[in-house]
Amino acid sequence: MTTKLGYAAALLLLIAAPFFVYPVLLMKFLCFALFACAFNLILGFGGLLSFGHAAFFGGAAYVAGHAIKVWGLPTELGILAGAAAAGVMGLAAGMLAIRRQGIYFAMITLALAQMAYFLFISAPFTGGENGLQGVPRGRLLGMIDLQDNMAMYYFTLAIFLAAFWLIARTVHSPFGQVLRAIRDNEPRAVSLGYDVERYKLQAFVLSATLAGLAGALKTVVFQLASLTDAHWHMSGEVVLMTLLGGVGTIAGPAVGAGIIVALQNLLASGPLSAWVPVVLGVIFVICVLSFRRGVIGELRAFLQKSF
Amino acid sequence: MLTDLLGFPPQVLFGQLLLGLINGAFYAVLSLGLAVIFGLLNIVNFAHGALYMLGAFSAWGLATFLGLNYWAALIVAPVLVGGFGMLIERFLLRRLAGVDHLYGLLLTFGLALVIEGVFIKLFGASGQPYPTPKALTGGINLGFMFLPWYRGWVVVASLIACGVTWYIFERTKIGAYLRAGTENPKLLQAFGVNVPLLTTLAYGYGVGLAAFAGVLAAPITQVSPLMGSNLIIVVFAVVVIGGMGSIMGAVVTGLGMGLIEGLTKVYWPEASATVIFFVMAIVLVLRPAGLFGRTA
Repeated sequence: MTTKLGYAAALLLLIAAPFFVYPVLLMKFLCFALFACAFNLILGFGGLLSFGHAAFFGGAAYVAGHAIKVWGLPTELGILAGAAAAGVMGLAAGMLAIRRQGIYFAMITLALAQMAYFLFISAPFTGGENGLQGVPRGRLLGMIDLQDNMAMYYFTLAIFLAAFWLIARTVHSPFGQVLRAIRDNEPRAVSLGYDVERYKLQAFVLSATLAGLAGALKTVVFQLASLTDAHWHMSGEVVLMTLLGGVGTIAGPAVGAGIIVALQNLLASGPLSAWVPVVLGVIFVICVLSFRRGVIGELRAFLQKSF
Repeated sequence: MLTDLLGFPPQVLFGQLLLGLINGAFYAVLSLGLAVIFGLLNIVNFAHGALYMLGAFSAWGLATFLGLNYWAALIVAPVLVGGFGMLIERFLLRRLAGVDHLYGLLLTFGLALVIEGVFIKLFGASGQPYPTPKALTGGINLGFMFLPWYRGWVVVASLIACGVTWYIFERTKIGAYLRAGTENPKLLQAFGVNVPLLTTLAYGYGVGLAAFAGVLAAPITQVSPLMGSNLIIVVFAVVVIGGMGSIMGAVVTGLGMGLIEGLTKVYWPEASATVIFFVMAIVLVLRPAGLFGRTA
């Protein structure tokens, strides 16, 4: 009941928000919230720490940008193309990475993402250090001009809500239950006859695809795809958002993304702008040491204890 | 045909192979440190690259502010940074005992961000020059290539560090405790050995190795805040390729990957940044546990 009320309030807030807050900042938040929720699918529910999700985010950003700007694809199709490309990358990376577990999984995904990063630096379609600039937002279904920030915001919100719903559905589906069983006790899941590797791979590909959707959407919002999107700092940031909001909770990563995006925005204009990585690092350390359940996890524990 | 080896003059080929060997020596020392730490703490030390950078900066700082020369720095910097590492272990990492080992990775990742961020703020992203020690300037012409003394020394010193580590682990009492602690810390504790202290020492030693590599690197690469962060990702790939099971495995894999990288620089320069990751992918397909790894 409280959860449903919470979601309803959050939805109302998101619909009303662009009248009070700068829409581009809100869109940035939505993109990263989607990115973090997609990431949480594999960390929170699959128990696999991927340190390479920036490759899917950034790769999709480039593909979507290229498809819209150079090939002239409509915006919707460009975004889908980006997500699909991330899915293919996820399939290739996942097939390699799920061969190892735990920290090795983290190291392998990080190394593969670094490989992708180097390929992006030298590939002709990424624009190297300059990035892919001036990607047109285009018109939604050929009618609504997305150059208008309000229209763009509600388009972004619609995609975010659809993806969020898909993630929630996945987590609560039989597939999601099996995934959690594997996370909690892999040998038992194996002995129950589940094809553990296939489940992990499917979850990884879904996670990569949705991370790609977030990256592609980000390209359209900011009309830019750059190396920053694919750098390992980005992989670290999405881990931090998820950790801060609550690993393994549905809404936690979105909350964490909100906090980090707001914080970055706050610090960027102040005297602390050069200290952003240090601040993020300190939050990381504090979260790991004494705030492992995250905002939503703590909230849930508090509600369970009090009511 | 010594003048033209597979389409390249030998100076180019051997020059790149030497550079590869040097990189390989760094990979070996760094992955060895990771393996030592992993053995007792079961975590991958993401801050390893930052601590390597800290080693190089310590050497630079010791020279600039205290006038200490290279040879003193080679001893003092690893001790300082190793001590710093022991503080990290004692006051931060130890508090994660009993929780998922992934949190150790995340904690050290956060630390790496903090350390690198502070140094970028203090020194900017560009590098500080560090002179080659006088005794090792110049070099020798071997006929087929020119060997700068310092570069030869880096390879030798790295191998010495690996050899000392091997000796400590395989031939001393404390090494026997360390190996026992890797196998079964609870039982070792029951025998009256102070395992928490051992863990702190192991972390300090692993970090000290990273700092040692940092001092070695200082005269070759410029001393810059980001010198460790890209290197450490390659070292992770090296660790995945070799597995963290054995000292020899770390050394052989490190040097081998360096040489492969050097060869790639000669024959296909565009691929040299990614070749180690490719090798990692191939190893994962053919031998998922790593070349020297034990199957889990």
